[in-house]
Amino acid sequence: MIGLGLMLRKELLEQWRTRRVVVVAVVFTAIGIGSPLLARYTPELVKALAGDQFQIVVPPPTAADAVSQFLKNLGQAGVLTAILLAMGSVAVEKERGTAALLLTKPVSRGAFLLAKLLAIAATLLVGLLLGAIGGYYYTAILFEALPPLGWGAMAGLLLLALVAYASLTFLGSVLSRSSLGAAAIGIGAMVVLAIVSALPSVGAFTPGGLDVPGAALAVGRDPGSVIGPLLVNFAGVAAIFGVAWIAFRRQEL
Amino acid sequence: MTAPQDEAAIVCRALTKRYDSVVALDALDLEVPAGSVFGFLGPNGAGKTTTLRLLTSLAQATSGTAALAGVPVGEGEPNRRGLFGYLDQDPRFHGWMTPRELLDLVGRLYRMPAAERRSRIDESLETVGLTDASRRPIGTLSGGMRQRLGVAQAILNRPPIVLLDEPVSSLDPEGRVDMLEVIRRLGGGSTVLFSTHILTDVERVCDRVAILDHGRLVTTGLMTELLDRYARPIYRVEPEDGQADAVARLTESLLMTSFVTHVAESSAGLRVAVSEAPNAGRDLLEMVAAHSVALLVFERQRPTLEDVFLQLVGRKAHETGAAA
Repeated sequence: MIGLGLMLRKELLEQWRTRRVVVVAVVFTAIGIGSPLLARYTPELVKALAGDQFQIVVPPPTAADAVSQFLKNLGQAGVLTAILLAMGSVAVEKERGTAALLLTKPVSRGAFLLAKLLAIAATLLVGLLLGAIGGYYYTAILFEALPPLGWGAMAGLLLLALVAYASLTFLGSVLSRSSLGAAAIGIGAMVVLAIVSALPSVGAFTPGGLDVPGAALAVGRDPGSVIGPLLVNFAGVAAIFGVAWIAFRRQEL
Repeated sequence: MTAPQDEAAIVCRALTKRYDSVVALDALDLEVPAGSVFGFLGPNGAGKTTTLRLLTSLAQATSGTAALAGVPVGEGEPNRRGLFGYLDQDPRFHGWMTPRELLDLVGRLYRMPAAERRSRIDESLETVGLTDASRRPIGTLSGGMRQRLGVAQAILNRPPIVLLDEPVSSLDPEGRVDMLEVIRRLGGGSTVLFSTHILTDVERVCDRVAILDHGRLVTTGLMTELLDRYARPIYRVEPEDGQADAVARLTESLLMTSFVTHVAESSAGLRVAVSEAPNAGRDLLEMVAAHSVALLVFERQRPTLEDVFLQLVGRKAHETGAAA
């Protein structure tokens, strides 16, 4: 991995200079703050919209609803953000010729790729950290203070899930010569994984399946067996990176 | 790691590259002597860029071998890349960086110590005339400035071999002269392989050339040798204005004449290459007179590399502005 440190430094600087990290931070913070607000006020909104003509019985919202809302929103907007972040990471550099500039210098192709994936993960981490802090704070204000360690563990599982989706799009970005091709692969993988996550025996091992133990951890309940899904997702990200590296090693630029 | 002056810095042996049924490079055998400024010539699609991409490992050869400074391409990657600097024909950079930041990254990749890196960056920016723009985002630079930056990053670590693909194609005339002077000065210390289809640039800075056509090496050697070996007498025929039809008929007739090997038409008239026939000049004038073409200029000229080039790549056809 010759040149990994320098490439990572360059990628992190790029995330900052191109304002990607700022956009991700804003999106995730909005999700973090907005989710408990939505959970708290949705019943009242529904009642207000229904007026006096309908009698709608809505159970009083709880902190668990805020957690569920947070996970749902990140499962949609968060995943799309991860796909957007990763779609152009390699394809654009190949298309523009900047990959050729760097890869005629003493930089290994593995270092070039790994730096990009790590920078994407770092950007998601920053966004998720801010989103999780916002979500925790507003949940505490509007409902009750949840165990901070459990909330942190949920955020960790969410980060792994988002990195898994990003890595699939990243693989698409390596295989394809255009960002759109990479996005299509990322979105396709997201749809397939959403279908697979509904299957009873294997669903828990998909990135989306990490929501269940995440929700339990956030409210202080027993998450059940989390090690297996955790390892499968870690291995999945590593395997996807391995495939990307093998494909990129002999690719002509 | 500089190759001794009498050794070849770049060696290609039967280097071949195929894209499906298209042969981009066909069994290229080439030796570029150490310390030379080597012009790599050919029309568009001749295989120049393909060769450079193979030498830099951006593409993989279908067959054959190549070595830079004695190190085979594909061995010792990526450290081998410290042996050469490379400028792409359309250099692209990260628009959010400044030239100074880019050169700093390149210097770090070459593991230059901080003090040396700073002084080399200043020196390179000065050499290519980018000092004043060194803190502007690259995205705001013109195409010519980006090309200068491309040269700067290629020579930053003073590599023993510099591979330049069309290094002056985006420059204005003044910038072109300056950059050619930079390239000329690189010779001796570094070996420069300089691909272009602009023949006057090659004549200005190169001591040796190779000519490629359709992926095959047509010839290679010292510039003076090639001119002696291949150049044919050239006549410049500049007609007066307003005779387009007559000139077209004259050109057609010339192309059908046995002693005419090539006719190139430009705004300055016709350049007619003739065989060594002793009476070629007289016969040519008779043909001009027979077509009633009034002349401003009729002169015999010293053959140039362009004439050699056009002759060797087999363009006896009527060409307008080819290889200008």
